[in-house]
Amino acid sequence: MRKMLAAVSRVLSGVAQKPASRVLVASRHFANDATFEIKKCDLHRLEEGPPVTTVLTREDGLKYYRMMQTVRRMELKADQLYKQKIIRGFCHLCDGQTLLPMQEACCVGLEAGINPTDHLITAYRAHGFTFTRGLSVREILAELTGRRGGCAKGKGGSMHMYAKNFYGGNGIVGAQVPLGAGIALACKYNGKDEVCLTLYGDGAANQGQIFEAYNMAALWKLPCIFICENNRYGMGTSVERAAASTDYYKRGDFIPGLRVDGMDILCVREATKFAAAYCRSGKGPILMELQTYRYHGHSMSDPGVSYRTREEIQEVRSKSDPIMLLKDRMVNSNLASVEELKEIDVEVRKEIEDAAQFATADPEPPLEELGYHIYCNDPPFEVRGANQWIKFKSIS
Amino acid sequence: MAAVAASAGWLLRLRAAGADGPWRRLCGAGLPRGFLQSASAYGAAAQRRQVAHFTFQPDPEPVEYGQTQKMNLFQAVTSALDNSLAKDPTAGKDRVFNTPLCEQGIVGFGIGIAVTGATAIAEIQFADYIFPAFDQIVNEAAKYRYRSGDLFNCGSLTIRSPWGCVGHGALYHSQSPEAFFAHCPGIKVVVPRSPFQAKGLLLSCIEDKNPCIFFEPKILYRAAVEQVPVEPYNIPLSQAEVIREGSDVTLVAWGTQVHVIREVAAMAQEKLGVSCEVIDLRTILPWDVDTVCKSVIKTGRLLVSHEAPLTGGFASEISSTVQEECFLNLEAPISRVCGYDTPFPHIFEPFYIPDKWKCYDALRKMINY
Repeated sequence: MRKMLAAVSRVLSGVAQKPASRVLVASRHFANDATFEIKKCDLHRLEEGPPVTTVLTREDGLKYYRMMQTVRRMELKADQLYKQKIIRGFCHLCDGQTLLPMQEACCVGLEAGINPTDHLITAYRAHGFTFTRGLSVREILAELTGRRGGCAKGKGGSMHMYAKNFYGGNGIVGAQVPLGAGIALACKYNGKDEVCLTLYGDGAANQGQIFEAYNMAALWKLPCIFICENNRYGMGTSVERAAASTDYYKRGDFIPGLRVDGMDILCVREATKFAAAYCRSGKGPILMELQTYRYHGHSMSDPGVSYRTREEIQEVRSKSDPIMLLKDRMVNSNLASVEELKEIDVEVRKEIEDAAQFATADPEPPLEELGYHIYCNDPPFEVRGANQWIKFKSIS
Repeated sequence: MAAVAASAGWLLRLRAAGADGPWRRLCGAGLPRGFLQSASAYGAAAQRRQVAHFTFQPDPEPVEYGQTQKMNLFQAVTSALDNSLAKDPTAGKDRVFNTPLCEQGIVGFGIGIAVTGATAIAEIQFADYIFPAFDQIVNEAAKYRYRSGDLFNCGSLTIRSPWGCVGHGALYHSQSPEAFFAHCPGIKVVVPRSPFQAKGLLLSCIEDKNPCIFFEPKILYRAAVEQVPVEPYNIPLSQAEVIREGSDVTLVAWGTQVHVIREVAAMAQEKLGVSCEVIDLRTILPWDVDTVCKSVIKTGRLLVSHEAPLTGGFASEISSTVQEECFLNLEAPISRVCGYDTPFPHIFEPFYIPDKWKCYDALRKMINY
């Protein structure tokens, strides 16, 4: 009955329906690429910075759009699952920044500026990076729900996701920065022209170990790109109340730095390419500050409105939303049509739904795995349990 | 930074606003756990995992300290801090402030303030994050008086930190590091079990002339509600409390685990006819050896329980000392029911924590030894 009505309406309306519009899209002439102007970056100890214009091809544009939309939808889905108590634990979402939207431009933009063989390490807002570094949404959502299909076999959870050349996923604030410097040392030692992106937040920028890492990286000229994702709030403390100098790109002192608009994916991409080229040429480390924002609170337990006004969040959302920016750019310069992007939205939504379904239906890891992977040991040894009569095998 | 010249300076790092969260704990009797249900019952599994592994048992309303008010644990802590701040007439809002994110810095500053004689109360957001400050605590705070021959000390420093498992904390929001600090002479380590205890113990820590670390069981922040006196009062440190008299087995724990073993004691009485003596250790370092040993001499059996991993946990110290002092009185080996020797798991938490069934099982084996 419904089909008949649809057919009738199609005939009667005469307006091109979806199948017809697809034909329309294919025959419509899209530009192959377009040149955009991007914001100039503030520089510290650098004579010149990344270029102020960049070329975005249609193919890249669609790819970035899809990736950003996937990250956003994935985070919103994670939010939903958390509220349904299917995901438990501490869930730091990046839309806007890391757990929830807004910071998608950071993960996608950074990935666009480097090679898959480069290395990346970040703090706990890692879901977006886990995706851009190559894992599927299924594995990420399954890890959040703690199932065996998850990327860390369900043992890590939200804050501990890992992929090839992606070292997590670290819970302790600031602890990942010396690790990143170490990875950069390995890159230099291996001589394969790789760089390491070491990310941390504006809250972590006040940790002592960061400065230790700066010193070592500069001393030994390590190919390390320190990236500070400044979302203006360290959990609930605004940057003015926490930092003596809020110019985070200058905090490296003897390390050159640049400040990048983190909401504009093209700006992030160009800056990353510039920084990566700088490091690969052997000049030593470089610091990037990405100015970004997070809509949601610090984590799922933080409503996010007690230390800032709703108007502020709304304002940023309406003016600087990265997905919206990219979409406007692409549509206005005829790189894609609104329908095409909507199609991508629908596909992404479906992908996320499937992944969420998998994540909720997958079984949890078996109890025996409680003791696994404590050490690297051969042969397996026994882990003492809650009392002297309970023992678990530890296999690695 | 706090004005050093004042008589009472404060370093308080306020917690992130609205640290509520969707976790509402259902304090129910535990459903028998120990097996995983099929994934298709995920709804039921999610329901089950929300049930706490303990039931908070409030103490009777105290009468000797004046008017009381219904408070939960964090309100009791706030009340203690308010009382303490009120003792200094010059103290105002500027004495309570947030710091940047640097634990080593926070504790270091706290030690510095305390050395000049002002009172400093530092908060470390979660006990899991106390490790950057470990060097400052162990090498500076603990040894200041000793190495200066009592010329200087940082006794007016108190560090408070949320502690222990919370149901969904995973690796870095659930740790119980009291054993690391128990190995360090020069500091005091205190863990309360309830709002009334928390306020009294915290005020004692603040007034104590030694650097103290006060661990607050975060799972009890809202779950534990009791009548707590509004006026300041002190509960002496280094004194364990016998909260239930018994004659057959001694059960020792601290923090949240006290409520677990209380339930175990009730179960043992009901099902086995065994009379248990329940002791809340309260102060981990220096711990009350006399009370525990006196109890073991009476009963002959000891069970110690904590969430921290078994190897090197504080139960090993208690166990070792008790067997030294009371060897001939022991009827059975001392039993330790603790967390596994693994990092605190995310998904496996219900299996990791030493809940009442594991304690009950160990108790039974001890009785039948």
